[in-house]
Order: sequence, then structure tokens, then C-alpha cells
Amino acid sequence: MPDALLSTRELEAHYGDFQALFGISIDVFPEEVIAIIGANGAGKTTLMRSITGLLRNEPEMVVWKGQSVGGFRADQVAHLGIAMVPEGRQLFQSLSVKENLIIGGQMGRKGPWSLEKVYELFPILKERRNVPATALSGGQQQMVAIGRALMSNPDILLFDEISLGLAPIIIKSIYEALPKIIGQGMSAIIVEQDIAKAVSVSSRVYCLQEGRISLKGRSDELTREAISAAYFGV
Amino acid sequence: MDWINAIIQGILLGGLYALFAAGLSLIFGVMRLVNIAHGDLIVLAAFLGLTITTALGVSPLIALLLVVPVMAAIGYVLQRGILNQTLGEDILPPLLVTFGLSVIIQNGLLEIYSADPQKMSAGALETASIALPGDLNIGVLPLMMFVVAVAVIAGLQWIFYHSSLGRAFRAVSDKQDIAQLMGLNKAHVFGLAMALSLAVVGIAGVFLGIRTSFDPSIGPGRLIFGFEAVIIGGLGNIWGTLIGGIILGVSQNIGAQINPGWQLLAGHIAFLFVLAVRPRGLFPRID
Ligand SMILES: Nc1ncnc2c1ncn2[C@@H]1O[C@H](COP(=O)(O)OP(=O)(O)OP(=O)(O)O)[C@@H](O)[C@H]1O
Ligand SMILES: [Mg+2]
Repeated sequence: MPDALLSTRELEAHYGDFQALFGISIDVFPEEVIAIIGANGAGKTTLMRSITGLLRNEPEMVVWKGQSVGGFRADQVAHLGIAMVPEGRQLFQSLSVKENLIIGGQMGRKGPWSLEKVYELFPILKERRNVPATALSGGQQQMVAIGRALMSNPDILLFDEISLGLAPIIIKSIYEALPKIIGQGMSAIIVEQDIAKAVSVSSRVYCLQEGRISLKGRSDELTREAISAAYFGV
Repeated sequence: MDWINAIIQGILLGGLYALFAAGLSLIFGVMRLVNIAHGDLIVLAAFLGLTITTALGVSPLIALLLVVPVMAAIGYVLQRGILNQTLGEDILPPLLVTFGLSVIIQNGLLEIYSADPQKMSAGALETASIALPGDLNIGVLPLMMFVVAVAVIAGLQWIFYHSSLGRAFRAVSDKQDIAQLMGLNKAHVFGLAMALSLAVVGIAGVFLGIRTSFDPSIGPGRLIFGFEAVIIGGLGNIWGTLIGGIILGVSQNIGAQINPGWQLLAGHIAFLFVLAVRPRGLFPRID
């Protein structure tokens, strides 16, 4: 087993008095895609916010390439090569499509992705590059959010419910593009409520339930029954 | 002719008011901070200009070369050192802290320079004027200040909408968290915004000090003019502040033309009128 690229170690998260995560330990290995599934309010987004530094942690709770980075600010985490496609897309409404992409690349990290490459992946974005990003359809906005994250040439990409609120046909096309996106030596964490989707794109799955890991295992070995039980806590 | 003259002088004065307003508008747009000390920082810049002109024996316009970077540096340090800590969900702390800052600057200036009115002289430029047909005279200095004001506004507009710094300003203004995910350190971006704001304050302060006499107590009055210009023009609209400044300047001069005592009152009435008719200003940009 190689060393993990990214790990959380007994990670906890709080919103005021409310504890949202209890002792979460996960690993992501280089070039690996893992999935995190769980019902509404299980803590998936909270885990993503903790990893990216939007929620502050104890330093040793997040480990990146052997270094404790839990105390880093979000912009410092971004410089490490950790990018996120946030839940709800969260595009910058004052920026055009092109500006949203450019700002994703403003750290100047080297790698395969550039404005041209993103336009190649999603040609519609090139056509609509000068439109305010929030004027696009939901599916196109999701493409901007993905492109914006790719522009930083990250080593790992976190996808938080990219299918949320999109039409099934759009979801299908985005998932079809996924191998092209992460097939470039990148690792990924895919947060998803759709269990079948999550299992099909990942090599390992963690299931969250009320802030705890209720199940983990290889995607091809977990049975539907086991996942359902862990998911709904029945 | 007196009336036309009053209007022309009002337009030129409006340029100065736009300079008061631009920095205020910029930081409100980027970080939703209302800087109560803005007017006192303008006066601080005027005194800084005065000190440099007397110490080095140079024209105030040359002193700008020092005042602007020094004010920008003060802005950056002020933002990183104090103001960033006050920003958050609650809008009260930044108001209280900048109010405190206003008091501190006023008292500091009073301590150092006394309450005596001061003025900077731009030498022969001050009396130079261009004669226009129909007995009109336009002072070279007011005209120059107006041109600079327009250029500053145009420059800010360009920075905001066409530079990477402006992109960062807009991104942080839209969504602070997500902007951080792009690798932008918001504390630094806010520092740069305040630096830019106070760089403009530097120009405004020196121009103010050339145009009129000033003393440590006049800051709050300049803050009001700046506020009024921002609100008239519409929040978040940089060109709007120029229009707001001009409307304010012209109203004041027309008021003064009717009765010298009505100058300030006329400006406030114009402000209230716009507010009553268009509560969000003439050209609002921020929702
Ligand atoms: N800003 C917040 N303040 C207080 N509690 C919060 C906040 N954000 C989330 N929570 C709570 O933390 C828990 C985990 O929320 P989280 O958003 O991480 O869940 P999730 O698994 O992403 O759910 P979903 O599938 O709906 O996106 C929930 O109980 C939620 O109510
Ligand atoms: Mg979520």
C-alpha cells in the first residue's frame, strides 16, 4: 500500500454547540477515487468544508502528503492542490463565465488544465464565456463549477453532490465526462446521495450517518443491503 | 452668466466630492464596511501633504507622490491590523471601531497641528485661469483637479472590471468562502482594497488642502459629502459616484448663488430629494 495522499484522523467538527462530525478517519490514495455517501444532514458537506479549511480543525486532524494541515486557512489549503466543486455550485455572480474559470486558475499551479482545455471539455462554455455565470442553466453552471476547480490543476478534487438539482440527462452527461476529468492522474472524493452512481465511479466507499462512519469498503465488494443498512441506519 | 458660472464651478467641485466618495464606495462594495473615519483620513492626508510641502519646500502636487503611497500603506496596515478583525456577521463592530478611529485621528491632528486653519499653496497655478467666451473664467487648478478626478474614477472602474485585482475584489465581495477556495487570502484582498481606497483619499486630501483651508475638525463634514455622493450615484456604481459628486457640487453652488448661507443646505436638499425619488440612488449596482 502506498502512503495516503490525503487523510483525516479522528476529525471532529462543530457548529457552535452542535457537533456535526465525530472521529472521522478516511484515506485517499494517489490517483484513487473514493465516494462518500449518506443521507441529508449526515455531515458530508461538513467533512468537505473541514478538509478544505473552510472549517478550522486541529492541525493533526487533516494530513496531506504526510504533513499536518488541519490548521491551514482555506486559501492555504487551495495552494496545496486541493480543490472543490462546492454543493450548490456557488459561482461568482459578478463574474462572467470566463472570469469564473480564470479566477479558479489564479494560483498559477502547473498542470494539464487551462482555459482552452476546459473549453474543449465543455464547448458550450466557450460559446457563453462572456455571459454572467449565474445566467447559465443549472447544468452549464455545474460545468463552470467543475471547470473552475480544474483550472487550479489540483492533485485532488472534491465533488460535493454535483448532481443536486440537475435533470437526469444532464447528470448522465456530467458523469460520463468524469473519467476524462479525473483520468489525468488526479484523485477525487465524490460526495453523492445516489448510491448507484457513487459505487459505479469509485473504488472505495465511506458511508456517513449522523456524523459517524457507519460503513466503509471496496465499491465492488459492498452489497446493496449492507449499504442501505448503513445509509438509513436500519 | 453668474448662474452658468455657478454651475460650471459646481461641476468642477463635484470632481473633488467624487474623490471623497470613490474610496468609500470601493470598500463598501468589496467588504460591506462603512468607514466612519473616511473624512478624517482625508484630513490626515491633507496634513500629511502640508507637512511634506513645508518640510521639503515642494509644491503640494509633488507631495502627492509621497502622500499617495504613504496613505495606501496606512490603509493596508489598518485593514490587516485592525479592521479585518471587526468584520463578520455583525455590522456594528466595524462602525464602532471606525468611529473610534475618527475620534483618535481628530484628536491626534489637533495635538500635533492645533486647531488653526491651514492651507497649501500651489503657487502661480492657483490664479491661472482660462477665459471662455461670455465672460466666463475657469480656474486651471479646479479644472485640473476635475480631470484628475475623472481619470481616477476611470482608473478605478478599469481596475474593478478588467484587472485580476478587480476580479479578486468582486469574487471576495460575492462569496468570501468560495473565493478563499480559489486561493485568495481575503485578509490580504481586503488590505489591498483599503490601500486603494486610501490612495484615492491621499489625492482627495491634498486637493482639498489646496482648494480650501482645513483644520482637524472638518473630517466628518467631508464624510457626509462623500456619503451623499455615493448614495446619489447609486451604491456600488463607480461612475455613479462621479455623477453624485457633480449633482452635489452643482446643487451647493446654485444654493450659494441664491443665498450664500444656503450652500450646504442646498446640497443636503438635493440628496434628500434623490433619496425620496430613488431610494437606491440614480444608478444602483449593489442589491
Ligand atoms: N452552518 C451550520 N450551522 C449549524 N448547523 C449546521 C450548519 N451546516 C450544517 N449544519 C448541521 O450539520 C449537520 C451536517 O450537515 P451537512 O450539511 O454536513 O450534511 P450533508 O450530509 O452535506 O447533507 P446534505 O445531503 O443535505 O447536503 C446537519 O445536522 C446540519 O443541520
Ligand atoms: Mg451537503
